[in-house]
Amino acid sequence: MPEMTMVEAIRSALGDALAGDERVIVLGQDVGANGGVFRATEGLQDRFGADRVVDMPLAEAVIVGSAVGLACSGLIPIPELQFLGFGSQAFHQIEGQVARYRFRSQGAYGMPMVIRAPFGGNVRTPELHSDSHEAKYANAPGLKVVMPATAYDAKGMLAEAIRDPDPVLFCEPLRGYRLIKDDVPEDDYTVPLGRARVVREGSDLVIVAYSAAVVIAQRAAETAAAEGYSVGVLDLRSLVPLDVDALREAVAACGRAVVLHEGSLTAGFGAELVATIQEEAFWSLQAPIGRVAAYDTPYPPGTVEDLYVPSVQRVVAAIRTAMETPS
Amino acid sequence: MSTAPTVDPAEPLRLLAPDGTLAPGHVPGLDLLDAWRAMLRSRTCDERCFSLQRQGRMGTFSPIAGEEAAVIGSAWALEPARDWVVPQYRELPAMLRQGYRLAQALQYYRGNPAGSRIDPGVHVLPFQISLAAQIPHAVGLAWGLRHQGSDAVVMTYFGDGASSEGDAHEALNLAGVRRAPVVFVLKNNGWAISTPVRKQTAATSFAARAAGYGIAGEAVDGNDLFAMHDACSRAVARARAGDGPTLIEARTYRMGPHNTSDDPTRYVDPIELEERRALDPVARVRRYLLAEGLVDAASEEQAIASLRADFDAAFAEAEAGSVPGADALFDHVYARAPQRLEQQRREAR
Repeated sequence: MPEMTMVEAIRSALGDALAGDERVIVLGQDVGANGGVFRATEGLQDRFGADRVVDMPLAEAVIVGSAVGLACSGLIPIPELQFLGFGSQAFHQIEGQVARYRFRSQGAYGMPMVIRAPFGGNVRTPELHSDSHEAKYANAPGLKVVMPATAYDAKGMLAEAIRDPDPVLFCEPLRGYRLIKDDVPEDDYTVPLGRARVVREGSDLVIVAYSAAVVIAQRAAETAAAEGYSVGVLDLRSLVPLDVDALREAVAACGRAVVLHEGSLTAGFGAELVATIQEEAFWSLQAPIGRVAAYDTPYPPGTVEDLYVPSVQRVVAAIRTAMETPS
Repeated sequence: MSTAPTVDPAEPLRLLAPDGTLAPGHVPGLDLLDAWRAMLRSRTCDERCFSLQRQGRMGTFSPIAGEEAAVIGSAWALEPARDWVVPQYRELPAMLRQGYRLAQALQYYRGNPAGSRIDPGVHVLPFQISLAAQIPHAVGLAWGLRHQGSDAVVMTYFGDGASSEGDAHEALNLAGVRRAPVVFVLKNNGWAISTPVRKQTAATSFAARAAGYGIAGEAVDGNDLFAMHDACSRAVARARAGDGPTLIEARTYRMGPHNTSDDPTRYVDPIELEERRALDPVARVRRYLLAEGLVDAASEEQAIASLRADFDAAFAEAEAGSVPGADALFDHVYARAPQRLEQQRREAR
């Protein structure tokens, strides 16, 4: 099985989808000759033509909005937002149209589309290129939100999202496009949406994370292990559907949890996780649930972003706090 | 490429004068009596819906009065079995011609989700409340149909108010780039609720915007059924032939309120309203039909009576539908619903 980076895995899934189903059409800014600014669509226009890998005007709302019409015509569009931070320019189409079109038309028009969007920090981008806005989208009924942490999952979950009859926002960690690398089958395969993955077992505490933050969680767990704490990591893989069973089991097994994400704290997805954990596993809790998130500030310029994006140290500190709480 | 003339904004295309006189040499290209009946149906519907809303038997309704020629003249340029309508929300006659049923529309106005279900083979998208959001959908639909080898044309509607939205700009621009087979019918009815068109734009012509998108544009007397049908038929033919989209500006006037909650006496100058009422598009066609001997008072009365009966039957059907239960909240949100949503469904029952 070859090793692939996350961006190679995504490209592989897109190529398989275009080859396997002629209804699939990829559209976005710079996805054609340029192959996408991160090269996620490199070579696809040469293979499948400019009618199926379509360079679009610089206009997020109509990239997503025209995809609604493409879906109504019977196609399976895969619009790319160049950065999730610019998804706000299309938010009304995603939240107000894509997410509720099936409901509005009472089943006549589903939205079998996958909106791909890179997000996340630590790569010294200009403003709005790194924002983690997933919580806003998880709050849009009708939409699914998928956030893989490995190259294997990125390929398999993208393939599954394309097959899924519901619209999916597929968030790709731009920091992980090349840094995240693991074994990925060449052949087409799928990974179901809504099933969390136990990355690491631990008997004292579990860190609940998703996307590139899973790497931070793993490092924090290793550091904590050196301090004598047995810390597990649960990778949610998707926020909607949320794997409530896995969340319950993971927390019930150890009694302590830290939730971790790159989006800002207040009304971030961690708040949903904490609420769910207390509903599902309250009686097994031995300490308050820790939350490690970005601060409630705008995403800052590059020289200070490492202070903003949750670090291994902040996660370890949250682990210590939880472990030192008398139970 | 055949491009429509961008008519001098001061002189929109007019074929039927307000006194009912047809331009010399013009032969109406549409099924006149069918279009006439649709105009009367629309008026009947406005009257009945308004009255039912006041009785508490209907939800919010936006009457079409004044815009019948703009909607019917354009939609009658389509072939319903082949072409598509992507509405805003004030285009019921166009939806009905495509095969959406009046009883469904009345269910929709009554707040029953079942009213939004589009039957298979009916080429419409649902009513759109988010102004201008449907315009990108129309472009994508037209592009997608063309991509799959169809020669269908998509007609979409929006108003002078919605033209200020970014979606209108993005969609018109994309339609030009992709030469999408779309006819954009911009109904300039003078008002966005209480905001007059002069506060919507400094421009004197919406049709002139077409040039900026590299597409055809034409200003039309939107109260002239024949001019609307003529301009839209040419636009449909261009789109079908692969010659790209057209922006039709229908210059019309909203003779009634924005909707059943609106009180236009707060902002409409009564003298202006009287002047505009004199240009009533239904009265204009009526004058022509009477002069031509195609209808008379008796046949008109008969038509109205039968349309009222149709409406009442459709309303009875809409009212008879059971009040939906909690499942209606959850049905059709997803094809494959998340587990926790199914749990919420069980709790809500």
